[in-house]
Amino acid sequence: MLTPLHKRLLNDYQRDFPLSPTPYQDIALELGVTEEDVIDAFVELDEQDVITRIGPVIPPNRIGVSTLAAIAVPEAELESVAQVISAYPEVNHNYEREHRFNLWFVVIAADAQHLAQVLADIEQQTGYPVMSLPLMEDYFIDLSFKLDLHDD
Amino acid sequence: MIDDLDQRLLSAIQQGLPMSPRPYAELGAQIGLSESEVLARLTALKQDGLIKRLGVIVKHRQLGYRANAMVVWDIPDEQVQHIGQLISRLEFVNLCYRRPRHGATWPYNLFCMIHGKSKETVLQQLALLEQACHTQAFPKQVLFSRRCFKQRGAIYTKSEPATAHG
Repeated sequence: MLTPLHKRLLNDYQRDFPLSPTPYQDIALELGVTEEDVIDAFVELDEQDVITRIGPVIPPNRIGVSTLAAIAVPEAELESVAQVISAYPEVNHNYEREHRFNLWFVVIAADAQHLAQVLADIEQQTGYPVMSLPLMEDYFIDLSFKLDLHDD
Repeated sequence: MIDDLDQRLLSAIQQGLPMSPRPYAELGAQIGLSESEVLARLTALKQDGLIKRLGVIVKHRQLGYRANAMVVWDIPDEQVQHIGQLISRLEFVNLCYRRPRHGATWPYNLFCMIHGKSKETVLQQLALLEQACHTQAFPKQVLFSRRCFKQRGAIYTKSEPATAHG
């Protein structure tokens, strides 16, 4: 269950997490609770698997290179092909989507050569052609997400 | 440009900021930087745009946002930037990118992502988007997500890939 403190932490600290020696103490002062309350609440959110972590969001292609790739796989093979693709450490998202191109994944690498190598390797391992759609322009500025956390 | 220590710092913080009273000091101890150096470098990385934001990374699915659609359009090249900028201003849109077309099999060049608690709400938001951004006339596809096989934060360093994110 999410407490009011959990909800505040989820909604108000997706960006501009305090860059000070004692960030949890800073948050505690802002919210009128103790530092221990804040740390405990974050640990609970982590244990409940509601957050991935507290950390940075790095824009695509500023450090290293990345691409969004898609593959069209017969339904019966989807799960096994997905497992092959997910096993690559260079793959960081891998979703089934409702389309003929039914598997969509993001590949990141330190440089273009390594990226091309991974894509070629995936084609060879799976036996299906990979459609690579690297980012050309990012129109979005803010990646924080306003949550509606009313119980429903 | 970022140096080797920045790389190591980003690699370390992408594993997650420690949940303890002096987290930046702890991070620094892992890579041989003082707490004040860690804070100065993170501040600079943020100012330079290499860190887009720093904070809690939530798992939408776990919070009831189970419907997620990738919507793609085929927009004439001379209009795509304008429309992309309009779409990105909408509150319920959380990503908006231009990508290359891929021959006749994939003529779409503008991508956006909409998260919602149900397919119905996502489709309602898409209808609002189409009205506000005048995209009704362009060919489009709506690709709802089904299973998530892997989801993790971007890890851009060569070694020590992280194992968690959402």
